[in-house]
Amino acid sequence: MADRPVPVAEKRLMEVKLGELGTWLGRRDYSPNGIVSMFRRAHTRYYNKYIGVKKGGIGGIAMLLAGYVVISYVWSYDHLKHDRWRKHH
Amino acid sequence: MTMTLFDQFLSPTLFKMPLIAIALVSPWLLHHVVTTRFSSERLLSVKKVSVSALTKHIFQPLGPLGHKWALMFVSLFMFLITLNVLGLLPYTFTPTTQLSLTFSLALPLWLATVLIGFRLDPTRALAHMLPQGTPPLLIPVLIIIETISVMIRPLALAVRLMANLTAGHLLIHLISTGVFLLTSMMPMTAILALALLGLLTLLEIAVAVIQAYVFVLLLSLYLLENV
Repeated sequence: MADRPVPVAEKRLMEVKLGELGTWLGRRDYSPNGIVSMFRRAHTRYYNKYIGVKKGGIGGIAMLLAGYVVISYVWSYDHLKHDRWRKHH
Repeated sequence: MTMTLFDQFLSPTLFKMPLIAIALVSPWLLHHVVTTRFSSERLLSVKKVSVSALTKHIFQPLGPLGHKWALMFVSLFMFLITLNVLGLLPYTFTPTTQLSLTFSLALPLWLATVLIGFRLDPTRALAHMLPQGTPPLLIPVLIIIETISVMIRPLALAVRLMANLTAGHLLIHLISTGVFLLTSMMPMTAILALALLGLLTLLEIAVAVIQAYVFVLLLSLYLLENV
């Protein structure tokens, strides 16, 4: 099956071959607008898959909140490690 | 390194980037706006219903001039309520515990209401300084008191929000430390754990703090523009 040749930078991540990964990463749009649109696309895809369904349960939001808690923990680890019971700090 | 109870309110940084930046962006992530659908799914319907009920409830007493503020107030409300409720999750940071945030929200909005009142009808705006029917002897004192009470409104708004949340978080830390230390003595733990649970529920009246915030803000606008 011969697909039309698509430029590397525009392929989705799952369709990029391993050898092309460096090129793919290098050609993505890293300007502020590009980064914002990256987040927006990711959020829209996540929303449409998990939250924006007709009978969406608590799972979609719960995953987001769990991720938020994990990120907060990682971010404040330096600050938190003093809270443990340690013999020598 | 001395650990004080107030260290939880410092914004921790990772690679020089403070956590408050992520915490401030989080309401954005959780309130997705979908404009391409006619009939929305469960979560969005609940949000639509509650937001429209809130808007109607708040803006009904205001006149047409006050309706211009609807977007501002409702988005402010959603922002604050999301920030506060997310701060109740473990390890998260609540930006509204910082006076810098609450005061920077309170002062410009209050000042805007005052300036609008003076622009539209300065006589009536000044007339608010003296309630009707005061005995003549009390007039000078009352004018001073009313002026002070108006001037102190932004500080009161800011500190009310900040102090409520800070106190709640501090209490949770204190009580949970107590529970943790008393695990060796079982009955105390059970009672204290119950108290902690009750306190967390009480803290979800942080949500009511938002209600208080917008209501007071609104009441100022109401008084200055329409009464």
